[in-house]
Amino acid sequence: MNLTGKAIIEAVLEAGIRTVLSVPDISTSDGLLFPIAANSRFRLVRVCKEDEAIGIAAGMSYAGERALILIQHTGFLDSINAVRAVAVEYELPICMMIGLLNKEPELPSRQSSVYGVRIMEPILREMGIVHDTLNSDADVARVAPTLRAAYAQSHPVAIMTGRSPS
Amino acid sequence: MMKRDQVLKILARHLDREIVIGAYSTAFDWIATRPGHPLNFTSVGAMGLASSHGLGFAIACPDRKVIVLDGDGSLLMNLGSLVTIAAAAPANLLHFVFENGTYEANGGHPIPGQGRVDFAGMARSAGYAAVYRFEDLGTFETGIKEVLQQPGPVFADLKVVPGADSPRDYAELYDPGKRDALRAELRRG
Repeated sequence: MNLTGKAIIEAVLEAGIRTVLSVPDISTSDGLLFPIAANSRFRLVRVCKEDEAIGIAAGMSYAGERALILIQHTGFLDSINAVRAVAVEYELPICMMIGLLNKEPELPSRQSSVYGVRIMEPILREMGIVHDTLNSDADVARVAPTLRAAYAQSHPVAIMTGRSPS
Repeated sequence: MMKRDQVLKILARHLDREIVIGAYSTAFDWIATRPGHPLNFTSVGAMGLASSHGLGFAIACPDRKVIVLDGDGSLLMNLGSLVTIAAAAPANLLHFVFENGTYEANGGHPIPGQGRVDFAGMARSAGYAAVYRFEDLGTFETGIKEVLQQPGPVFADLKVVPGADSPRDYAELYDPGKRDALRAELRRG
């Protein structure tokens, strides 16, 4: 299976997103963050800590501006309270793309030997956050509709990368 | 030291169509100072995120001034936002920190480093375009016009004590109707 950053980036653009808020994640660094940083169609805001991105995306959303938060699963776990309040309780279109550091590409995240990876999907399900995992470019076809739905229905989404995008 | 409600009354005289983001105790006082204004925003959700919300509003609304009324305890929970804001360099963002040295909304316990932390110095080192510190009301009243005219990001450390009591109504602070009113107002432009 092949998952490419190019396909994901095209899907993000197709969803009308031009701002990316990010703390670097080694699993998406080469495939997503470097290409996004070099793409003049995006405004990249580098944040110091992931929960800042939740607040920034929230502020933008009130004015109808879209953003993608590109982070690592450890940063998501660190930001749970911000996600709980701002994204879930306030029902805002906070769109997160989350790299699963050290996840085994051949295994579903629930079967990973990495504890932090293993608990991601159950946490998202328990919080009621719409979520998806990308393992191949075929899966990327769901990205733009998922992001557009988040804005149309005003709810958060978490899209995880099941392997490092090339 | 300045009384917070008096600082806010002076500030309110200079504001009209600005988005104002308030955090906790300052937010309660701001609601009492500028009641019912559709561009008041107090649903920061998680402590520390007022400054980050401010950056988001500033990015999305580049033609409108955005004022953050932060707390010192709140800013300590999100110090990295000073660097993020300075790097993003929004010319329309003004970041005020109401420094009372305590977690006022959580029992009045002292913040770490109470009286020793130099918030203005940290903002200056982070790279804010202009940084101010005010300790007395007269100087603030004289200087606020210049502060508001500076290209941002601007930071002002305001040494305050609580002033007149305002209602601590958390239901109003987080009222979803107020968030809808803000959205509608921003759509109107």
